[in-house]
Amino acid sequence: MTAHQNGASPRPNSLVDLFWSFTRLALQGFGGVLAIVQRELVEEKQWLTPEEFIEDWAVAQILPGPNVVNLAMMIGDRYFGWRGALTAVAGMLTFPLLIVLALAAVFAGISDSPGVQGALRGMGAVAAGLIAGTGLKLISSLKKNIMGAPVCWLLSAITFIAIALLHVPLAWVVLGAGTLACVWAYRQLGKVQARVGKE
Amino acid sequence: MSASLTLNLTLTDWLALLSHFLSLSLLAIGGAITTAPDMHRYLVIEQHWLSDSQFTSSIALAQAAPGPNILFVALLGWNVGLNAGGGMGAGVLAWVYALLGVVITMTGIMLPSTTLTFVAARWGHQNRERQWVRAFKQGLAPIVVALLLATGWILATGHGSSLNNWPMWLFTGVSALLVWRTRLHLLWLLAAGGLSGWLGWV
Repeated sequence: MTAHQNGASPRPNSLVDLFWSFTRLALQGFGGVLAIVQRELVEEKQWLTPEEFIEDWAVAQILPGPNVVNLAMMIGDRYFGWRGALTAVAGMLTFPLLIVLALAAVFAGISDSPGVQGALRGMGAVAAGLIAGTGLKLISSLKKNIMGAPVCWLLSAITFIAIALLHVPLAWVVLGAGTLACVWAYRQLGKVQARVGKE
Repeated sequence: MSASLTLNLTLTDWLALLSHFLSLSLLAIGGAITTAPDMHRYLVIEQHWLSDSQFTSSIALAQAAPGPNILFVALLGWNVGLNAGGGMGAGVLAWVYALLGVVITMTGIMLPSTTLTFVAARWGHQNRERQWVRAFKQGLAPIVVALLLATGWILATGHGSSLNNWPMWLFTGVSALLVWRTRLHLLWLLAAGGLSGWLGWV
């Protein structure tokens, strides 16, 4: 699975490293942490390949709970077991929690001012772009998908239309399109294995 | 978070708060924000533990602050505690109750889902070479990509999809392009968005 060619793949070197890496991630993530997770863990630190990221993100997204916290926990667990999982989640939450409580205490009165409202709106527009841009970037990692490009495009299009335009509940889309996709992928994987077995 | 309520919460109430969030935890597929409507129903409409403006500003503040959006749940607990302790001006007791509220709501929303995810993800990783585990991950990949695009779309159109909002669309589109094609630091983009909003351009 690990596609790092030369030597040992990059990894966090201690629990402390893990804690601060996720703290730094979390503190850069305004309006959600996903875009920054992809940038830091895949592009900068290279703890994950794009393909691993998308697979782990799928798992983190399907299971209940906050996605980025799930993802942090999975990565922490992989490197350091349950202590890593706890450390990564603590890194993700501790300082952001302190900051958000401090903000709530200090800015209780000014959140209604037009300037603050405008700034929130502007950052919201950018945050929407960050998430969409991360999606655009990950399209290229679908090239290696076992289902082939046309089927991937079709599934992506159906999902986007159902969620963004028709507002179908997420659970239905995942159960419907997701089940079809998994069955199809299972078939394709079976074919590949049969072919390898013959040779 | 101005208009606050004064509450008198019993131990039973605190336990009810905990069990409500415990029960929502496993339903939070796609993030805790998907259960926000039910939190609103319970905290604001049914129990009157939070005012409407406390609820909405908790979500807005958590989205504006750095970190996972799940922290809006902590702010909900914080505000319930403050209301129970007599408001921000009531001194130490109010702060203690507020922190208790944070611990209760965050434990409730996190504990079941993280436990399940921990066990399931570990099992999946140990069995990652099995055909149907691989099929699960490969099959969901295009759906995950589409969900990211759809989330961006929904957030961008949250303020209405009329053409009058073209500056918002422009900001969203340009930042999506910059994330996709450049390595510009994301904080610059957010700062630019915040500043233009402050100045009233967006």
